[in-house]
Amino acid sequence: MTTVVLNRRNLLAAGGFVLAAGVSGLLLPARAEGVAPTDSMSGGSNNYRKGAPVVDRIGKGGFWMSGTVRRAGDGAPLAGQRVQIWAHTIEGQEHEPQSHGATLTDKNGVFRLEMPQIIPIFGQPHGHLAYDSGEFKTVFLRPVMRSAKETSLEAHFVLQPV
Amino acid sequence: MILIWVVLATAICVPVAAAAASPLLAWRGLVYILAGFAGIIALGLMLFQPLLIGGYLPGLSGRIGRRTHRWIGGALVMAVVIHVGGLWITSPPDMIDALTFTSPTPFSPFGVIAMWAIFAVALLATLRRRLRPRTWRIAHTFLAIVFVVGSVVHGILIEGAMETVSKVALCALVLAATIKVMADLRVWKKRATLREESVAPR
Repeated sequence: MTTVVLNRRNLLAAGGFVLAAGVSGLLLPARAEGVAPTDSMSGGSNNYRKGAPVVDRIGKGGFWMSGTVRRAGDGAPLAGQRVQIWAHTIEGQEHEPQSHGATLTDKNGVFRLEMPQIIPIFGQPHGHLAYDSGEFKTVFLRPVMRSAKETSLEAHFVLQPV
Repeated sequence: MILIWVVLATAICVPVAAAAASPLLAWRGLVYILAGFAGIIALGLMLFQPLLIGGYLPGLSGRIGRRTHRWIGGALVMAVVIHVGGLWITSPPDMIDALTFTSPTPFSPFGVIAMWAIFAVALLATLRRRLRPRTWRIAHTFLAIVFVVGSVVHGILIEGAMETVSKVALCALVLAATIKVMADLRVWKKRATLREESVAPR
């Protein structure tokens, strides 16, 4: 816990993994204000297509998009939540239907969907994710890869009830 | 004397050729590729502008040099229009974000500011005869600096088809040429005669 005290960035980065592993109870009570909801990122909804189908894999795969979905306040993992994912990949441009797909979170609130390799578009290698099922407030995320060579990307949702 | 032409041709052709060889192009549409190359070519043309106005290019000094500077200025406006227009066709929402300064990408505002600067340069050029020479020169120089700095930052921050080393080298040369011509011509100085206003010193 000393590293957590010494380095807030590590706390934020490690937080997602720790919570995803299901040991959130150890960390969360220390934060009196609770877990804040995720705001939509600017540009997150660009080239969004409503109603992307739930798929086992987008296209031929080779790249992993993963993350967590939790509830604002207590940070409880949310199971069975539909997350839509799209990006400019080696198999299609961002707006094309074959670049879109959706997946559901497991009982730990974790989602993971294989998709084609993301490549830089409009100056940054990035993906898009959306939660818009209605039960919670809609959130659009637009995570950026540290390098175009990476073969995975993460995005984490903290949702606020409508 | 021929050396500067060799350096100039290399500085422009190598980045264009390296970008043309980028594997990213295979996954892009034609309009997006054209839009990207309009930007790359604009960056290359920018290197000519200070060199021409400073009279540093053998065979293109004095009157011919200034006329070429005006033609390339017009080409820069066209290239920027093709760049922005092509990107708009490729992904309207991303372009709307950029033009309204709400884009998540840090390079977008620099590009948009540079775009308005080159448009302002073009507008100013049409008003040249109505302005005092010194006023015109200072306004043109100021807008040119905004255009150069905006474009260079825009280009450097982008992760795209351009190869990094050739891109940085071209940007550094554009900056260096701009600084050199401004220092040599001392654009901020008052000049004695109208003749000196219109003729760059050799």
